[in-house]
Amino acid sequence: MLSPPLLWFLVIYLTSLVLMLVTGFWSVNGFTSQIDHHLTGQNFSQITAGAYPSIIGRTVLLAVLVTVTDAIVAFPFAYVMARVATQRTQRILLGAVLLPLWASYLAKVYAWISILEKGGALNWTFSKVGLPNPNLGFTNGAMWIAFCYIWLPYMIVPIYGALERIPSSLLDASADLGGSSWSTLRRVILPLALPGLAAGSIFTFSLTLGDYVTPLLIGGSNSTLIGNAIYENLLTGGNLPLAAALSTVPIAVMIIYLGIAKRLGAFEAL
Amino acid sequence: MGDQSAIDIRGVAKSFATTTVLHDINLEIRDGEFFTMLGPSGSGKTTLLRMVAGFETPDAGTIKLHGDDVTQRPAHLRPVNTVFQDYALFPHMDVVTNVEYGLRVSGVKRDARRRRANEALAMVRLEGFGERRPAQLSGGQRQRVALARAIVNEPSVLLLDEPLGALDLKLRQEMQTELKAIQRRIGITFLYVTHDQEEAMAMSDRIAIMNKGVIEQIGSPKEVYELPATAFVASFIGTSNVIERDGRSQSLRPERLIILTASEAAPVGSHAEPGAVTDVVYLGMVTRVFVHLDSGDDLVAVQTNDGSSIASTVANPGDRVQVAWRPADAFDLDTALV
Repeated sequence: MLSPPLLWFLVIYLTSLVLMLVTGFWSVNGFTSQIDHHLTGQNFSQITAGAYPSIIGRTVLLAVLVTVTDAIVAFPFAYVMARVATQRTQRILLGAVLLPLWASYLAKVYAWISILEKGGALNWTFSKVGLPNPNLGFTNGAMWIAFCYIWLPYMIVPIYGALERIPSSLLDASADLGGSSWSTLRRVILPLALPGLAAGSIFTFSLTLGDYVTPLLIGGSNSTLIGNAIYENLLTGGNLPLAAALSTVPIAVMIIYLGIAKRLGAFEAL
Repeated sequence: MGDQSAIDIRGVAKSFATTTVLHDINLEIRDGEFFTMLGPSGSGKTTLLRMVAGFETPDAGTIKLHGDDVTQRPAHLRPVNTVFQDYALFPHMDVVTNVEYGLRVSGVKRDARRRRANEALAMVRLEGFGERRPAQLSGGQRQRVALARAIVNEPSVLLLDEPLGALDLKLRQEMQTELKAIQRRIGITFLYVTHDQEEAMAMSDRIAIMNKGVIEQIGSPKEVYELPATAFVASFIGTSNVIERDGRSQSLRPERLIILTASEAAPVGSHAEPGAVTDVVYLGMVTRVFVHLDSGDDLVAVQTNDGSSIASTVANPGDRVQVAWRPADAFDLDTALV
């Protein structure tokens, strides 16, 4: 049985999503710019052609790259935090991870602009040691770095939680049964941290998938993501039905992704 | 039993921060022996076991396994296996995968390790449970899986850290019998840690009684019960009365005391002292009689309710009685260790 709060949530939340989906089947009259309420599939065929497939592909690829990078960076950090550091160091590290979440998103992106742009700290450092300038400012690479940085805490915290919950007797047992550190990591620690990793990846993946500010600020001419396409159709193109049709893409991607994450046990780790 | 020692512990000491948990421990455990380290919590018994397993390193001393110095060897390279207090089963693996873990990390082929894992499961009477997850098992079944997972590797020594602590009384008694039977069948050395003296008495060939980081006494269950070396051993193994007579500490077992009426003559050759009953506790098979002697000592006597004793029928709180014992039943304790 659905409890009343859940019912309430479904009515308000799902109704608006369904309305958006319906809007995706409407169209805009080219002469009057009025919305035509006759149902048509033209928006959905439009987003499978032209620039849209590459925008969708770029967004999903970036979300995957950011997620994988954050997982690789976060795991050793979370491991040290959960299982190596003393309690005092553990608290300091946890504070260090959470503190950037209090800073404005824009401030963090601007910080990366100042590092990556032509006259920025990165180029300066490279030229000082005699290396060619990477010139990362306003490229997809810059976008990738900024996203990895901004979402990293969302990956560290769930992995840390999962690692901290592993009873140390399991690690003792693995060693006792002849498992080397590598075996223990591969067969005991990683599988037990996987739900935390999957939980963290939901954040990094979905946050990247829906973002449109970072591409505007730090991306280049080829950095349009789904979010930017929706934004343009909605606010400058005046094509609400097409924006609605585009919005169903990240929703569909997330539904598939959550299905995979659920199978990995992500929801038990949240 | 072979004549080579399975475990040889020499001069082992260990401190954590400012607390010394083990002082100069010397212990030799024979091959094929069921050896128990018995003591209250904080006595250092678990730390000593963890050193044999390789989870802790001693500050001083050496640990040899079948003559091989393993003091500095990491846990995964030692030929011992442990049954953990919380079982430490891997929650993400099914039962048979748990059991074959040790064989898998040491590179045994899939078919061979499956067969051996199933044999080990059969030995602990868990055939057909291989595909279950640890979370789907009862406490007693998990305990058996932990045992199978350890013995499947055919360790030279099996270490057991309070393995029955989480089970209820009836299951615990069943498992005691079963553990002892398995130990006899596979013939490997068991080093068992417990704080439960009854458990230690029921299973062990020899017991080391530990207190505050030292071994107070090593002996067979009968020796440590009947000839306790220190006041601590006397009071920790069963209940015991410790009295001072002629400037010496003596231990009196409650079942060796005889309660007599005030006027009755003491049996020939025994020593009797007058006192008053303070409490009588009827326990079915036995009755516990608490007596305050006129000399100032408090004693507890256990009388079997077989109809021959006055305890269950006559004694009431406030009654004047005599408590008698044979001088041979009063053991001098090593007072230096009290």
